[in-house]
This record gives sequence, C-alpha cells and structure tokens, in this order.
Amino acid sequence: MNIPKDKLMLMLERMWLIRNFELKVIEAHKTGEFAGGAHPYIGEEAVAVGACIAMRDTDYIAGNHRSHGHPIAKGASLNKAMAEIFGRRDGYCKGKGGSMHLADFSVGILGESGIVGSSVPIATGAALASKLQKKDFVSAVFFGDGASNQGACHESMNLASVWKLPVIFICENNQYAVTTSYKSTVAVEHVSDRASAYNMPGVLVDGQDCIAMYEAMTEAVRRARAGEGPTLLEGLTYRFEEHSLGLGKIRRSEYRTEDEINSWRKRDPIVIHEDRLLKSEIASQAEVQHVRDHTEKLSMEALEFARKSPWPEVSELFEDMWADKTMPIP
Amino acid sequence: MPEMMVMQALNQAIAEEMRRDPKVFLMGEDVRASVYGASANLSREFGPDRIIDTPLSENGFFGAAIGASAVGMRPIVETLTSFMWVGMDQLVSQAAKMRYMFGGQVNLPVVFRAVMYYGGGSAAHHSDRSYPLFMNIGGLKVIVPGTARDAKGLLKTAIRDNDPVICFEDGTLLGQRGFVPDNSELPGGELLVPFGKAAIHRQGTDCTVVAIAGCVGLAIQAADELQKEGISVEVVDPRTLVPLDKTSILESVAKTGRCVIADPAAKVCSAASEIASIVAEEAFWSLQAPIMKVASEQVHIPFSQALEKHVYPTKEKIMAAVKKTMG
Ligand SMILES: Cc1ncc(C[n+]2csc(CCOP(=O)(O)OP(=O)(O)O)c2C)c(N)n1
Ligand SMILES: [Mg+2]
Repeated sequence: MNIPKDKLMLMLERMWLIRNFELKVIEAHKTGEFAGGAHPYIGEEAVAVGACIAMRDTDYIAGNHRSHGHPIAKGASLNKAMAEIFGRRDGYCKGKGGSMHLADFSVGILGESGIVGSSVPIATGAALASKLQKKDFVSAVFFGDGASNQGACHESMNLASVWKLPVIFICENNQYAVTTSYKSTVAVEHVSDRASAYNMPGVLVDGQDCIAMYEAMTEAVRRARAGEGPTLLEGLTYRFEEHSLGLGKIRRSEYRTEDEINSWRKRDPIVIHEDRLLKSEIASQAEVQHVRDHTEKLSMEALEFARKSPWPEVSELFEDMWADKTMPIP
Repeated sequence: MPEMMVMQALNQAIAEEMRRDPKVFLMGEDVRASVYGASANLSREFGPDRIIDTPLSENGFFGAAIGASAVGMRPIVETLTSFMWVGMDQLVSQAAKMRYMFGGQVNLPVVFRAVMYYGGGSAAHHSDRSYPLFMNIGGLKVIVPGTARDAKGLLKTAIRDNDPVICFEDGTLLGQRGFVPDNSELPGGELLVPFGKAAIHRQGTDCTVVAIAGCVGLAIQAADELQKEGISVEVVDPRTLVPLDKTSILESVAKTGRCVIADPAAKVCSAASEIASIVAEEAFWSLQAPIMKVASEQVHIPFSQALEKHVYPTKEKIMAAVKKTMG
C-alpha cells in the first residue's frame, strides 16, 4: 500500500502525542494532582492511531477505560482531555467523566466506558443509525481481550453481522485483563478466530505496527462503507505500564515476567515507525525530532492548561442530568 | 370520543409518531408479527427497515438503540419488564449515565416500552413491576400510564422527549377499554400528555388515594363505592414517576388530611415508599392519620392462582386502607 507522507507523519505525531500525554499523566498522578486512577495506553499507541487514521472525522469511535489513546488518535484536544482527567470545568465532560470517560462528540467520539464491554453495543447502534440514515459513516469500537469475553461483545458482533452494519470491532489484545492472561480466558487461540462464528472476517494484526493496523483498518472500513458488513480486527499488543496508575504493587506479584516485559518493550510502536521512516528516507532526523519536540510541548501545555483550569462550581452538580431543563431536582 | 383498548392506544401513538418523524423506528423481538400486540399492522405500513425484529440479545440491542439515539435517531424498543434485567447494564451504565458523564454533550432520545404482565399465572420470571428501581437510578424518565388516553398521550410525548424514557405498560390494563379523544376533537389536532402533571380522576375531601398504573382503575372503583358510604375520596394519578408531580399530591393531601398510596410494585422501596416519604416530609402537619401503603406483598410471584391472587393491591384493600385512615 502506498501511504502518503502526510499520513505517515500524522501517525507518528499522534503516537507521540499519546506517549507524551501519558507520561505527563503519570507524572501528575505521582504528585497527587488528580484523584482516582488512570489506565496508561503506553505501548499500545499503534493500534488506535493506525485505526483512526484510516477513518474520517465524521466516523464514530467508542472505547473503554484505557481511554486516553482513542480520542487523541481520533484528533481530540489534549488540553480538554487533561483538564477532564484533572476534574476541571474545561474538561471535555466539564469534570463529570474523568479519566475513564473521555468523550469528544465533535470529532465523532461517542465516549469511553468504564464498564468493560459496555460500549460495544453503543458503537454498533451508531452503525445501525448510519445504515438507517443511509449515510456512509462507519463506526469503530476499541475493547480489550478481557472485554472480548463479555456477552455484550458477542451479542453486538452477531447483531452487526446479521444486519450487515458498518462497524469495526477492534480488540486491543494486550494479553492481560489486569493480571489474567487471555490464554487462560479465551477458548480459541486468537480473539480474531471468533469472527468465523459471526460470519465476518477476523484479522490478526501486529498491534505494534501502525501501518499494519492502518492497512487492515482501511480494508475493514472499505468493506463497511460498501455495505459488506462488520470486521473483527485483533491488534496483538502489550501494555508497557501497569494496568492502572496506583496499582504498581501488582507488578511484584509477577503475573508477567521482567523478561516478557523487556522483550515487548523492544517492540516499541513509536521506535518501529520512526526507524522505518528514517531508513526509507521518508523523514529526516530533523523532521522526526520536530515531532518529538512539538508533541512534548503540546503535552506540557495541556498539563499547564489543566492545572490552571477552574474547578466546577457546586451549582453545576445537577447540570447535564437531563436534556429537559424543566426537570425538578428531587 | 372513541373507546379503545390500551393496546390500541399504544399502537396509535407509535404509528402517528412514525408517520410524523422518519427518525422514529421500532425494534424488539417479534415486533413485525406483533406477538405482544402493540405493533399490530405497523410493519405493513412502515416496512422492515423501521419495524425491526431483533435477535434475543437484550444487552446488545438495547445498547444498539441507545447508540443509534446518540447519533440522531429516535428508537422505540419493545420489551418485557422482566427481560430488562438482561439488558440492565445498557439501561443503567449507558442510557441513564451517558449524558451526565459526558458533560451534556449528547442527548439520548430513546424510549423503552416495558410491558408488565402480572396477575395471570405467569410466575416469577414474567411478572416484574420494576419501575421503582429505575426511579432510584436517575437519568431515566419513568412513565406509568393508567388509562387508554394517557397511554397514547404519554407515549407520544415520550417519543418526542430528548431524554431516555421507560414506559411501563401495565399488562392488566392492555385489554381494558377507555375513551381516547379523536385527533379531530383536539385543539392541536393531537393528543400529547405532558410529563410531571398528575391527573385527578375523582375529586374528594376526606382521603387522597395516589394510584399508580394498574391501581388507577381500582382506586376509582374504590372511590365510587366509598362515596356511597359517605366517604369522599380524591384519586390522584401521577402518570409519570420521574418527573413526579409532587405539587398535586401535596395539595391534595393538604385538602384531605389523609393519604393512601396504591402501587402494584412490591412494597419495599416501592414508588409508594417514595411518595409516602415525600408526604411525611412535606405535608406532615396536614396529616390527620398515618399514611397507608397498599402495594404488592414482598414476595416472588407464585404461579398458583390460589396464591398469586393474594399478592397485589385490590379494590378491597384500597377501601380498607382508606377506612383505616378515617379511624
Ligand atoms: C464489567 C466490569 N467488570 C470488571 C471491571 C474491572 N476491570 C476494569 S479494567 C479490567 C480489565 C480489562 O481488561 P481488558 O478488557 O483486556 O482491557 P485492558 O485493561 O487490558 O486494556 C477489569 C477487570 C470493570 N470495569 N467492568
Ligand atoms: Mg487486556
């Protein structure tokens, strides 16, 4: 596939945006600047970025608790994302959602769900709407290997297939649900093998390679737009950090070995893509360095933005419960 | 004014709204064939794209309806109250919470029509009356029509509403007939019943009976019989529980000084419990007698008719409670 340079560079930029953003989140969590946890996407950037670059702005995505990478990959603002994680009024959800519930409906992001598997039917429904409205919008949903065992996931895949809906199911198989290996919870060898039960293509993709993800997604999107129905993509990947910030202690329980972690860290999706761009002389060292610096600067600005953003007022507590402004507060 | 069954009133509401707005569609199990009755003839008029038979996947298709509503459609989902347990995550985690959690970025104009079959030997898995639970969750409007007119008018309002609505359709009423005005008789040419406005079915001065869903008719019968005995009962039907017309209930209790609440749900944490607590908090000094709840027994619904008939509120139980408040 001949991918234009601007797309290749955009992939690099979005991956670096996610990486640098997540590093700032980790830093801010360490110093106690925000409450609750957060689930870093570091190591998995190529999955969301490769997929989202193959979509249009008007297409929909939905995601899960590991929620920072998806909106950034789709083009959401870093400032509003960080402010949301900080619980501030300038966040996407005015501080009502937090880290697990980033959403930017203006760029087709239907929201991230804290209940594992629960957003899969939502994305399927957006695809149903596209079909009924005779629009060519497609919808994609990111979910984990753990989520792939939820009934909601299976129900949605069957529904999407019998109705030939334009939806792409993207399993981010980072191989663990918290500490439990997918090998002990998924009865087939690969999550994508399940696609055959729903009569849709199931594609196992190297989730560390944004171009592989982009190419697989491009074909899935083509199929979806052409009315040929859904696809299940499985991006085989690895999370470099712990399941969630604040759960560092789990590492010591050694559900995964240092060797395994180190071997996957050698397959860093950003390094893989950068090396390729440099070796094939698509990008110069200076161009790559510019992306690094620029995304670092934007992440730093997001952190500053979040720190300065005001807290919501108590008067905002009941706001947004209802579309109907006449609803009484009981 | 034509008389029709509650089921037909619901059917009219759906058909009228589907004719008016191409964004409205109906989905559910066996809705094309109208196995449950309210979607009769709709697939002939609107075709399979707008009357959609779903697989038996309540979690999946409830969520699909919610997702479709998030991007501009206005789905109506038909289900049974008892099957909502299976799709509960989508109702609670998504329909109820998405708007708030995402800071008001999205409206979810989706209607779940939940039929409540009870009283006919359907046993524990098909006899739920679960609306009080949904009052507790927040973010979901809860409507409980008690007459044919309200079934039509409330459902039409629900379909136009921009928040998720659950319409609890009382199975004991579906075959009952009532007057529903013809559109030509109405000022705006259509029947829209607003949410949050109680109906006063009988005016009275001695005791207020707040009656919900299938209890409305029982309360009216009780009021008419008590009238003959010289007791004047006011029958207040809230019609919607979220939002709840507190004002009408409190004004009635201020006038009568007594309050009985008739509710087909099981009595613990029922709609009656909530209304009783509101009356106790806000109308205490008007009360001349303790508030009485006439709700279902706190028990699973037994199959045997010999047992089931003891579970639910009846006209006699309502009359006895009113008399008790009269001392
Ligand atoms: C329904 C549900 N069960 C359990 C949890 C707790 N939980 C949060 S994340 C998680 C693991 C999810 O694993 P996976 O789907 O593989 O995603 P990953 O975290 O690996 O990205 C669990 C068990 C939850 N949030 N929702
Ligand atoms: Mg996982």
